[in-house]
Amino acid sequence: MNEPLTNGAEGRELIAFRVGQQEFCVNIMAVREIRGWTAATALPQAPRYICGVINLRGAVLPIVDFAVRLGLPGSAPTARHVIIVTQIHNQQVGLLVDAVSDILTLNDNAIQPTPDVASDLVKAFVRGLLPVDGRMISLISLDHILPADERQAA
Amino acid sequence: MDPMAAIRDTFFQECEEQLSELESGLMRMEGGETDQETVNAVFRAVHSVKGGAGAFGLEDLVRFAHVFETALDQVRAGKLDASANAVRLLLRASDALADLVRCARDGATPDEAQTTSLAAALKALTNGGPTDDGHAEDDEDDGLGDLTFLPLPVAVEAETTRPTGWIIKFRPLADLYGNANEAALLLREVSGLGPVSVTVDTSSLPDFADLDPEGAYLKWTITLQSDCDEQAIRSAFEFVEDDCELLISRASDQADEASLPQPGVDEGGAGSAETIRSPVPIMAANATASSDIPTDADVLAMIRKAQQSVSQPDHDQPAARSRQGAPPAVDGTSSKSDGGSAVGATIRVDLDRVDRLIDLVGELVINEAMLTQRVMEAGLARASGVAAALDELEHLTREIQDSVMAIRAQPVRSVFQRMPRLVREVAAMTGKQVRLLTDGEGTEVDKTVIERIADPLTHMIRNAIDHGLEPTDARLAAGKPEEGVVKLTALHRSGRIVIEVADDGAGINRERVKAKAIERGLIAPEAQLSDEETDNLIFLPGFSTASTVSDISGRGVGMDVVRRSVQSLGGRISIASRPGAGSTFTLSLPLTLAVLDGMVVSVAGHTLIVPLSAIIETLQPQAANVHTLGTDVRVVAMRGRYIPLVDVSMALGYRDAPLEADKSVALLVEGEGGIRAVLIVDAIQGQRQVVIKSLEANYRAVPGIAAATVMGDGRVALILDVDAIVSVTRTEILRGDALRAEPFLLQAS
Repeated sequence: MNEPLTNGAEGRELIAFRVGQQEFCVNIMAVREIRGWTAATALPQAPRYICGVINLRGAVLPIVDFAVRLGLPGSAPTARHVIIVTQIHNQQVGLLVDAVSDILTLNDNAIQPTPDVASDLVKAFVRGLLPVDGRMISLISLDHILPADERQAA
Repeated sequence: MDPMAAIRDTFFQECEEQLSELESGLMRMEGGETDQETVNAVFRAVHSVKGGAGAFGLEDLVRFAHVFETALDQVRAGKLDASANAVRLLLRASDALADLVRCARDGATPDEAQTTSLAAALKALTNGGPTDDGHAEDDEDDGLGDLTFLPLPVAVEAETTRPTGWIIKFRPLADLYGNANEAALLLREVSGLGPVSVTVDTSSLPDFADLDPEGAYLKWTITLQSDCDEQAIRSAFEFVEDDCELLISRASDQADEASLPQPGVDEGGAGSAETIRSPVPIMAANATASSDIPTDADVLAMIRKAQQSVSQPDHDQPAARSRQGAPPAVDGTSSKSDGGSAVGATIRVDLDRVDRLIDLVGELVINEAMLTQRVMEAGLARASGVAAALDELEHLTREIQDSVMAIRAQPVRSVFQRMPRLVREVAAMTGKQVRLLTDGEGTEVDKTVIERIADPLTHMIRNAIDHGLEPTDARLAAGKPEEGVVKLTALHRSGRIVIEVADDGAGINRERVKAKAIERGLIAPEAQLSDEETDNLIFLPGFSTASTVSDISGRGVGMDVVRRSVQSLGGRISIASRPGAGSTFTLSLPLTLAVLDGMVVSVAGHTLIVPLSAIIETLQPQAANVHTLGTDVRVVAMRGRYIPLVDVSMALGYRDAPLEADKSVALLVEGEGGIRAVLIVDAIQGQRQVVIKSLEANYRAVPGIAAATVMGDGRVALILDVDAIVSVTRTEILRGDALRAEPFLLQAS
């Protein structure tokens, strides 16, 4: 169900990005490209965390405001914001984040479990925590970023 | 995929074509068209299947096809009368043959009993005909086209004056290639003048070891069927004149010469005779050949010899050409008789390639729009000839797009042809007598649409026979003919394809439908429904009127599923029913899933596209004509009628407060089933053709939105789902929540 956490015995690469004061990272294999913010077309009846859709070389790409998706306060996107285009199963989804901060190479045993105190929303997306140079970076699983099975409920 | 499997796949693909050819031929025979052409077509189809099956060692298939073919041969020879009964048996045999083909393809076990009994019935039909052995000999003749068969085309040729044509002999010299010319391009150039058949002579090709990579070894003989003058042909070779040996002669001259000797001599003789006549010796090797043929009688012998041994390639070449159908006059008919159905030249192309092309053209259209917009913004358009050039570009882009879309367009015939069998089977199961009439099989629609209407259509036809038509005794009691009629029609209507399935049954029993709907809790008991609304209840999920669940239709999923699959294609389905006279299901689908003509409108700062096909007129509503009904429902008085008004910005949740009617622009639209509504928007920006982009591909379906597109500025714009928006008004205004078919739309407003 989840994307595999490892793609080998050791040494996986992650892209780290910043949203507000927090840092997150995703498996680099899931990232297709990183591009600047362009105005999105709002979708009616979309959840609050869907900024809308943009044109990605002819394909319609939904943009998820990552901060809002995690229940953090969102901010109006500016030209400084970044869209991380990710591949989730057979769909492409753009994540709106503040900035891309780092590319990390880590061993799996560096990943620590998410503490049980975290909120449901956090638990749904955070697969583990990484201590890097005194910073804490949350490892994100992208599986449930889009409201995939809410067709009926929409 | 290994090559053998690929060939096998091709064989099965071709089988499908042959089988549908077979079935449509038999249907024509059933309709009384027992002319030679039809019977031949049917025979050829079975014969081709048999031949292919033999090559793949599919014994069961070959055996059955052989019996079938024998029967058809009898019909062809006029020894067997194509009576209604006989044709019916042949139709069943064609179903069985199709089953066998599919079994062979999927590796399944065929229904032995059915095959055997049908084979027996076919044999019984043909008894008294020639034995199997005698027939097998015929087959060999067909396959080999050996010498005894050869004189035939020539005899025809000698009698008919053939249309003017040219024989071009073309032998490039090494310099031609050295000057960077390409023989293939020249041949293509010639083919532009008219239908050609080209034969290459590779006889001077040395062994690989001796081959000079920059040498020239090939020569071509081109038979051109065209009444152009010699100059036109010469001009094709204009640039290589000095680098090749070129001989152009009238084809009819040859025919004359060929008829001089005894009629048995074929074009091989003509070809050689011409070599003697030719002013330039174009083929060095033929110099010896010309001395070989002093008398006409020798020619025949020589050709025989040439055909038997490959050691005389010069002779073999023209002989081979004549065998493969060089005389153009004969060509037309002969290719038809060995090739089967296809009259026009066709190629098989991988669908992915076509789709890639369509995507690219879509990009081109967007780019063209972007370019136009940029030029307008830069203020260049009026100042120069740019506007005219852009117009030209737009025209061209559109044309390219249309042509590319046309590649995907196919007649609905391929789906319609599956239906007769379905009807036979369902009729047999229900014990009803059914006649299927089809009309408009040639109506073209995008391949994706065709593929995806097959299932809903199957369901609708089953439904029409099982539920629509009454049992035979009830029909007789109602004074109707014993045989029920199901009519399947396809036609183009205002940029969409409309498919109708009509039966002449009892029509919908509205009392029962309503009772059922109340019983299932689908509508409130006190709901007041119009006849049309009652009829459309059958599309609700979980609705089934059949009191017994049969194998054929009804498990309570039927029409609901049909409607959903039709809607997923951007199509609509509705039913019209007259008690005692039958019901008609109408399916309306977009012709293509790739482009649409739309009106660009702005709604609360958003740009939306409204499909042009839905818009009847645009108007400026006057405040005096807008009336409020109940709490928040508005209607517009138009030419004496009150039409519900929908504020698009509210329906899509863009605004909280309704737009003042007189500050807006109104579009009178017509949704499915002729339901009209007035949509109000902030402004109309213009009209354009847009490329449909799926929202579902990366996201999901959005209520009220049919799809998305990319505008000239590179931004995404949404395409309004007019039917969904219109039905909001309908369910809300007229029925409250009585019809809960689309619950999410109620939330939407």
